[in-house]
Amino acid sequence: MVDLSVNIGKLRMRNPVMTASGTFGYGFEFDDFIDVDSLGAIIVKGTTREAREGNAYPRMAETPMGMLNAVGLQNKGIDYFVSDIYPRLLKYKTHVIVNVSGSKIEDYLYVAEKLNDLESIPAIELNISCPNVKTGGMAFGTSCDSAAEITKAVRKAYDKTLIVKLSPNVTSVTDIAQVVEDAGADAISLINTIMGMAVDLDSRKPVLSTVTGGLSGPAIKPVALRMVWQVCNAVKVPVIGLGGIMSAKDALEFILCGATAVQIGTANFIDPRISQTIVRDLNTYFEKNNLKSIDDIRGTLITS
Amino acid sequence: MEVRKLIEDFSISNKYFLNAETFVLELKHTNMLPPIAPGQFVEVAVENAPHTFLRRPLSIHHVDYENNIISLFVKIVGEGTRKLSLLQIQDKVNMIYPLGRGFTLEHKKKVLLTGGGCGIAPLLYLADKLKENLCEVDILLAGKSSNDILRADAYKKFGHLLITTEDGSLGEKGLIIQHSVFKNNLQKYARIYSCGPERMMQAVARLAKAAKIPSEVSLENTMACGIGACLCCVVNTKNGHQCVCTEGPVFDSSELEDFQK
Ligand SMILES: Cc1cc2nc3c(=O)[nH]c(=O)nc-3n(C[C@H](O)[C@H](O)[C@H](O)COP(=O)(O)OP(=O)(O)OC[C@H]3O[C@@H](n4cnc5c(N)ncnc54)[C@H](O)[C@@H]3O)c2cc1C
Ligand SMILES: Cc1cc2nc3c(=O)[nH]c(=O)nc-3n(C[C@H](O)[C@H](O)[C@H](O)COP(=O)(O)O)c2cc1C
Ligand code: FES
Repeated sequence: MVDLSVNIGKLRMRNPVMTASGTFGYGFEFDDFIDVDSLGAIIVKGTTREAREGNAYPRMAETPMGMLNAVGLQNKGIDYFVSDIYPRLLKYKTHVIVNVSGSKIEDYLYVAEKLNDLESIPAIELNISCPNVKTGGMAFGTSCDSAAEITKAVRKAYDKTLIVKLSPNVTSVTDIAQVVEDAGADAISLINTIMGMAVDLDSRKPVLSTVTGGLSGPAIKPVALRMVWQVCNAVKVPVIGLGGIMSAKDALEFILCGATAVQIGTANFIDPRISQTIVRDLNTYFEKNNLKSIDDIRGTLITS
Repeated sequence: MEVRKLIEDFSISNKYFLNAETFVLELKHTNMLPPIAPGQFVEVAVENAPHTFLRRPLSIHHVDYENNIISLFVKIVGEGTRKLSLLQIQDKVNMIYPLGRGFTLEHKKKVLLTGGGCGIAPLLYLADKLKENLCEVDILLAGKSSNDILRADAYKKFGHLLITTEDGSLGEKGLIIQHSVFKNNLQKYARIYSCGPERMMQAVARLAKAAKIPSEVSLENTMACGIGACLCCVVNTKNGHQCVCTEGPVFDSSELEDFQK
C-alpha cells in the first residue's frame, strides 16, 4: 500500500496535492469534474478584509506556455466569506485552507482572527506576494523586515497552521524564507506569480489594464523549481512547491527538490480534472518504483 | 436548473468552409448530449499549437440531439482557430461544455434576432429553439458585403430572414441599425437578441431600450478557464464585476454598464 500522506504544520494531508489560490475558485467550480475530497487540501481564493472589485478588464493575457493575470484579489471580503461561503464549504471532507491577502497589517490580522474561529478551516496561507494590488500585498513579501513583521503579527493572532506564501519577485528568496521561518511560520509555499507584461503591437498598448501582471503556468516552472530547491536547503519547515505544475512528473520534480507538498494552479484551467489525475499518477509512480512514502523520495535530488 | 458540466472527447464528423476564413465544425459524441441552452459555449482544447496554451471559448452554433452532434461556427483570427481549421474528419477534439448562461427563451411571441460577423454563431440554435417554442422569428444578419452573409439558408429554416450590407450588395444597404425593421413598430417584438461586435450590440440595445423592449446580448471577452475559477473574464454590470463565463455570456443589456451610454 502506498502512503502518500504528508504533514504540514499540524495539518495531516492524505496526499501532497493541493490546489493553488485563485485558480480553483472555492472548489465548487470543480465539483462537476472531480471528487474534491480526493485532494490533500484545497486553497480557496485570496480573501481580504473588505470586499474588492479587483482590477479593470482586461485582466488576462495568454503568453507562451503561460498566462499573465491581473485579477487583483477580487473577492467579497471576509465577512461574506464567513456568513455565505464557509457554510457551503463544510460539505468537503478534505482540508480547506484560506489564502489571506491585504494591504495593511491590521487587515491581515482582522481576516486571520476571523478565520481562527472557524472550526473547519485548519490553516491559512498568508499571501505576502500578490503582484496585482497597488499597495501592500507583494510589498510585504519583498523586504525581510516587513515579511518578518507581518508573519510575527499574524502568528500571534492565529493558532492553527500558518503557511506563508513567498514572492519570486525578490533578489534573495532564501533570506525572506529564513526570516519568515524565524517569525513563526509553520510552512512556506512558493512561488506566487512572476511579475510580467504583455504588449499589443497593433494598438501599441499594454494588453493588461494594469500594464503589468503575474505570470503563471509552465513558463515559470524552471524558476519555481530553482527557488523551491534553494528554500528547501535554507529552512527546516515544510515547503510547498508550485509554479507551472501540469503533471505528476512535474510534481515529483518539486518533491525531489525538497518540497513536502505541491499546489496545482493554472493547470486547472486547461484541464479541470488535473489535480485528481496527478494524485492518481503519483500513486502509480510510487507503486511502480516501490516507494512507500513521500520521505522515500523527498529531497533526494542528486547534485554531485 | 444547472446542468452538469462535462469534459469529453468528440470526434469531427464534418467540416466545411463558408469563406476563406470561416468554417463550421461538426463534433460528434458517442453518448447522448446533455440539455444545452442556446447561447451556451464550449471551451475547446487546441492540441499541438505552441502558442495556444489556454482553451478557446466558442459558442454552440447548433445541436443535433439525434446524432449527438454539436456544431461550431469559427472565424480564423489566430493560431488556435487556424489549428482547428486544419483538423480532419475523425480527429479528436476535447471540449468542456455546456458553459455559461444562455438566452431567455420566449414562448409564442414575435422576436427579433440580430447578428453580425462570427457573432451570428449562437443565433442559429437560438432560432431553432425559439421556433420550437412557437415563436415568430425574424432574423436580421448584417455584414460589410454579401460575402459576409453566411449560412443564410440554414437561418431561413427557422425564421424570416432579413439582410443588410454596408455596400448594399445583398439586402438593404447600410448599417444594421439603419435597417427598416427598426423604423416601424419595433414594439411588435417581445424581445430582441443580438450577438456580434460590441458596438453593434450597443447600437441595437439602444434602439430596443428606446422602444422599451427587453434585449439580450452575448458578450465575448478573454477567458482563461471558462468555469468561473479564475475571475479573468469580468464585465462591468450594475452589480459590479461579473464573470462573463458564468453570469453570461448572455446578459440583459440593461445590466451592463457599457450599454447605458
Ligand atoms: C463566450 C465566447 C464565445 C465565442 N464564440 C465564438 C464563435 O462562436 N466563433 C468564433 O469564431 N469565435 C468565438 N469567440 C472568439 C474566440 O474565442 C476567439 O476568436 C479565439 O479564442 C481566438 O483564438 P486564436 O488562437 O485563433 O487567436 P489568438 O491568437 O488568441 O488571437 C488573435 C487575435 O484575436 C483577438 N482575440 C482573441 N480572442 C478574442 C476575443 N474573445 N474577443 C476579442 N478579440 C479576441 C486577439 O486579441 C488577437 O488580436 C468566442 C469568445 C467567447 C468568449
Ligand atoms: C488567475 C489567478 C489568480 C490568482 N490569485 C491568487 C490569489 O488570490 N492569492 C495567491 O496567493 N495567489 C494567487 N495566484 C497565484 C497562484 O496561486 C500560483 O501561485 C501561481 O499561479 C503559480 O502557480 P501555477 O503556475 O501552477 O499557476 C493566482 C494565479 C492566477 C493565475
Ligand atoms: S474565464 Fe475564468 S472565471 Fe471566467
